Amino acid sequence: MNNSWIVLPILFQLVSAVVLLLTWGNIKIQKIVSILLSAIGLGIGIWLFLLIYNHGIQVTQSGNWPAPFGITFVADTFGSTMVLLASIAGFSVSIFAAGSMSRARLRFGFFPLLHFLIMGLQGAFLTGDIFNLYVWFEVIIISSFVLITIGGKKAQLEGAIKYVALNLLASIFFLIGIAFLYGLTGSLNMADLATKVQEIDNKGLINVTASLFLVAFGIKSAVFPLYFWLPASYHTPPAAVGAIFGGLLTKVGVYAMVRTFTLIFAGDVFLSLILSVMAALTILSGALGAMYHRHLGKIFGYLIICHIGFMMAGVGMMTELAIVGTVFYLVHDIIVKTNLFMVSGLILKINGTQDIKELGGMYKSKPLLSLLMAIPLFSLVGIPPLSGFWAKLFFIKGGLESKEYFLIAFIILGSFLTLWVIAKVWSEVFWKDAVNLPKKSKGIFFHELSSTGKWVLVLPVIFLSIISLYIGFGAEHIVSLSQRIASELMNPASYIETVLSQKTIEP
Amino acid sequence: MIFAVISGFILAALVPLFSSFARNLIPKIYPFLPLGIFIYLGTCFSQVTQNAPMHWSYNWVPSFGVNLDFRLDGLALLFGMLITGIGTLVFFYSSYYLKEDKYLDRFYGYLSMFMAAMLGLVLSDNLISLFVFWELTSISSFFLIGYKNDDPSSRKSALMALGITGFGGLVLLAGLIWIGFVGGSYSIIELVNSSELIKSHEAYPWIIGLLFIGAFTKSAQFPFHFWLPGAMKAPTPVSTYLHSATMVKAGIYLLARFTPVLGGTDSWNWTLILVGGITMLYAAAHSLFRTDLKSILAYSTISALGILVFLLGVGTEDALLAAGIFILTHALYKATLFLITGIIDHETGTREVTSLGGLQKVMKPVALAGYLAALSSAGVPLFLGFISKEIMYESTFHFSNWAIILTASIVLTKVFLFVAGFWVGIKPFTGNLPQEHAKAKMPSPLLWIPPVFLAGLCVLFGVFPGILDAFMQTVFNSMSPEGEVIHLALWHGLNWVLVLSLLTLGLGFALYKFLKPSQSLKGKLAPFDKFAPIELMERIGITFQSFAGSWTGFFQNGYLRNYVISILIFLTVLAGYRLYDGVDIHLDWSQISDITPSEFLVVVLMVTSIFFALITKTRTGVIVALGIIGLANCLFFLYYSAPDLAMTQFSIDTLTVLLFMLVLFQLPKNRSFSTRKLRVRDGALSLMFGVLISILALEVFEAPSYTEVSEYYAENAYLLAKGKNVVNVILVDFRGIDTLVETVVLVIAAMGVFSLLKLNLNPFNKE
Repeated sequence: MNNSWIVLPILFQLVSAVVLLLTWGNIKIQKIVSILLSAIGLGIGIWLFLLIYNHGIQVTQSGNWPAPFGITFVADTFGSTMVLLASIAGFSVSIFAAGSMSRARLRFGFFPLLHFLIMGLQGAFLTGDIFNLYVWFEVIIISSFVLITIGGKKAQLEGAIKYVALNLLASIFFLIGIAFLYGLTGSLNMADLATKVQEIDNKGLINVTASLFLVAFGIKSAVFPLYFWLPASYHTPPAAVGAIFGGLLTKVGVYAMVRTFTLIFAGDVFLSLILSVMAALTILSGALGAMYHRHLGKIFGYLIICHIGFMMAGVGMMTELAIVGTVFYLVHDIIVKTNLFMVSGLILKINGTQDIKELGGMYKSKPLLSLLMAIPLFSLVGIPPLSGFWAKLFFIKGGLESKEYFLIAFIILGSFLTLWVIAKVWSEVFWKDAVNLPKKSKGIFFHELSSTGKWVLVLPVIFLSIISLYIGFGAEHIVSLSQRIASELMNPASYIETVLSQKTIEP
Repeated sequence: MIFAVISGFILAALVPLFSSFARNLIPKIYPFLPLGIFIYLGTCFSQVTQNAPMHWSYNWVPSFGVNLDFRLDGLALLFGMLITGIGTLVFFYSSYYLKEDKYLDRFYGYLSMFMAAMLGLVLSDNLISLFVFWELTSISSFFLIGYKNDDPSSRKSALMALGITGFGGLVLLAGLIWIGFVGGSYSIIELVNSSELIKSHEAYPWIIGLLFIGAFTKSAQFPFHFWLPGAMKAPTPVSTYLHSATMVKAGIYLLARFTPVLGGTDSWNWTLILVGGITMLYAAAHSLFRTDLKSILAYSTISALGILVFLLGVGTEDALLAAGIFILTHALYKATLFLITGIIDHETGTREVTSLGGLQKVMKPVALAGYLAALSSAGVPLFLGFISKEIMYESTFHFSNWAIILTASIVLTKVFLFVAGFWVGIKPFTGNLPQEHAKAKMPSPLLWIPPVFLAGLCVLFGVFPGILDAFMQTVFNSMSPEGEVIHLALWHGLNWVLVLSLLTLGLGFALYKFLKPSQSLKGKLAPFDKFAPIELMERIGITFQSFAGSWTGFFQNGYLRNYVISILIFLTVLAGYRLYDGVDIHLDWSQISDITPSEFLVVVLMVTSIFFALITKTRTGVIVALGIIGLANCLFFLYYSAPDLAMTQFSIDTLTVLLFMLVLFQLPKNRSFSTRKLRVRDGALSLMFGVLISILALEVFEAPSYTEVSEYYAENAYLLAKGKNVVNVILVDFRGIDTLVETVVLVIAAMGVFSLLKLNLNPFNKE
């Protein structure tokens, strides 16, 4: 169905960013405006999701040039779900940032950048054009790069260099891949590519191109052995930036991987095998890294890698059942990881450190906050019936179905080590008595804040925790949503047909 | 029924809300929760014992076949009544035992959550919901063991218990899904019908292996048993409830539940006999080397769990019946012993059996409970323990060729347990009362009534076993659906079993008289400590931790260039292999058009600057050289009539150079990091990658292509888009969105440059 309103999430974020640029330097107004606009953005996300959920896939051709000649925007269930999740994360982070970021950083355009970043994500989720996807990736990279560097601290810059260098490398591979695809098919429209790639005889070249995409998206989604940028950079920026990164940046790589490998490069068995092996080692590397480190930001960073491995395992199995698992996990992970980085920011705000050896005594001093923080922590572990649990059912059953037993073993190992790491964090940070809390903080301590200031920090955590609880207890809704998405992904005929149906241009 | 299960969770969740204003009311109100459910289960009793299991079903995640299907049959009822019955006593007991505690409200929260989870576990007919509750018991156990969280050893024990049971749980999950996958259903009752199908399936050994690991870790079987003694760090009511009467029996429950589905094969029976046998002997012997009352109880509990696994392994009708009765017997006497240990600890401040004695002078009812429980544990006639022991011996005595060995090992275990039971239940109360404990006094009735009540049941059921007939029949039928009609009796006739029974009592009493618990005895075990599973497990843990360090350090080594190299190697190998594997390489130079002089010039410019970038020693030099390459690209765009593109490239390139400069200035001065060898390696790698991409580009260039899109652009650029330059039209119309977004990229980059220039939160300044 044709509906040009589906680009609204993108446009709205663009307008928001511009509005915020106009109020440059006026932090008070920016805070309020950003939160307000994010709330409206969330509303738009909900609207789009419901629209697609009730009326099916919607398409618009930019400039009214028929596909595959112009740039197509497509909102299918997968895309609109991702848009909604990004809006939720954006909304929470906007509030959290208003409470936690230092004035200096806010003065230099944090809020417009946040909205530019969200715009990039929304664009990536809604575009139906492979080169346009690349362009959205550029927006994401550049805005996240600037977000990392705002403040210009030495550690930040060091992390930023690695971040941007490796991500640009990924972009180059992506671009080369696009060039090859264009050379082979003469098209950039993903639906069109899907049909044309199937018709090409020279499968060898397509397969090589697919490996370029694998590496490009593999870097973005931080898969073994390509994940280096993530541990190097995620713990350096302030918590609000970490939250949006942890929640969404790697996931957009997973999204792109799932999208291209189900639509364009479907049925490549060798690729699935490589992905499975990479997934297993990703799980291992992430879990080991999380075990090794004692800085909360680094621990959570490595856990992101570990859980990216879960999602990749689903992609590697490439059965509909496994993709259900991947999609479910994606939904869970975006919410919970955003929340975790905010939690780690909150812990820093309260105690002045993020080193678990120094931290302690939170359960005694802040019992209710501790219980609140337990929700994302144990959701992440996947203590049933919390949100991290359900996807594993699909991964294990999917692994049995495709007889990839080693992946099941690694998923169990990864889950176990996650459990272990989080239990250790709980024991060290919440149970143990504080060892060596700094007397002076670099910023303002939590207890020095006004009660509004406190609530601004706590509310987004509560908000996301409630969503996590909903994903866990109302798992049926998310499972049926994921099943619908997986079924659409594995049978892309209707996607392709909807995009390409409108061949002639109306004057 | 769902309300019965969920109410515990609801009450647990309400604790944080209540605690601000009604914190003192919680211990007074919450004990009525298990009591209420116990009464409710009691109302179901008559229907269930008439062999008519009750069902309740609630949809949860039907898309994966996960539903809350509760099924109350004999086995579930037995466990349900233990959970809520002993639960009631423990809830009341704790309200006095932990009266002084600051965080008693939390304690009740965890305890309610545990009770609900345990209840859900035994009621679930659905494999996945069973697992959900299974994990919830582990996690509530974690919180309860670590309840005294100031104590490092408490925390360590909690982590260890969670580590072992959590690991087992995940393995179990795989096993359960596998059963469902092979058997085509997640309902246990439906799986009974496909029992033969599963047993003959090739995955059967894997399935039972995974299931066993789950059950053994939870029920503390050798070599996973060591978390249980550690778990005794929890307050005594918790040990009574979780780590003796209910949670640790979850593994037993699981095995019993799956006996009709998976049992009856050699691999099933012999694994259980072996593991159960080792556990019961090992732990029973160990209990004699302990002097702390709770440690003795911990090991005797492990041993009792071993006996249960062993009996399920023997698997004959007698054995299953014995297991059913022993679950009840053990829960009654062991809970009593734990509760009186708690009282002793509470009143005297010590649990060292060596320094205790004569307490019957000051706390008669407690002593009475201790005596009765110890006698039941020993299996003296007129106690429930006697009846279960008789049937146990009966079952092993008639077990094929191995009867003698099996019977001997269970007799030996029973002898050891006799002593352990006497040490806890009798020794502290008899003999002389030491001076320092003379002030010990009779505790509150809330403390002593629960053990006396339980001990009374040991006698009641022992004297009139007939009242259990109907109940045990249904329990038995849950494990053995076509089982015979049973009848429990005190007198089984004069036979070998009776002789063995008397022999056990005689030997046990002799050993009790001869062997005194002492520290030196404990010391004798020390040399073997390094072979103990706990030591091995800790060493594995340490090795694994250091492995984690080296693995992480190896890959995440801090050098950007290593990261780039790893990625390039990965891509080169992957793409190279696929190229080699699937593409016929033939290059046809004739298709390529001639090179114009200007193109040649630009290429020379590019190549020169690349080499300059490689050779130069300064960062600025490198950046400038790279900038030139970017500008040279602009020239290419100009030649191919794309001035807009050239402009964009020009601005982006300039900005990037600026950004890089700013960031790089913050970094330490450039030094030469690489040796000659490394440079050669890097050079070779770059060359390989470059060649690979070039070959690919040429191959792609030669491959036949669709021209639909480009022809459309050429035809319609003027007619429909009203533009003469096709490239321009593509940029601003056909693909105008790309251009728009790239403009945004420029804006963002400009913001970055601005903030880098202006804002400098130097690490040495305060933020």
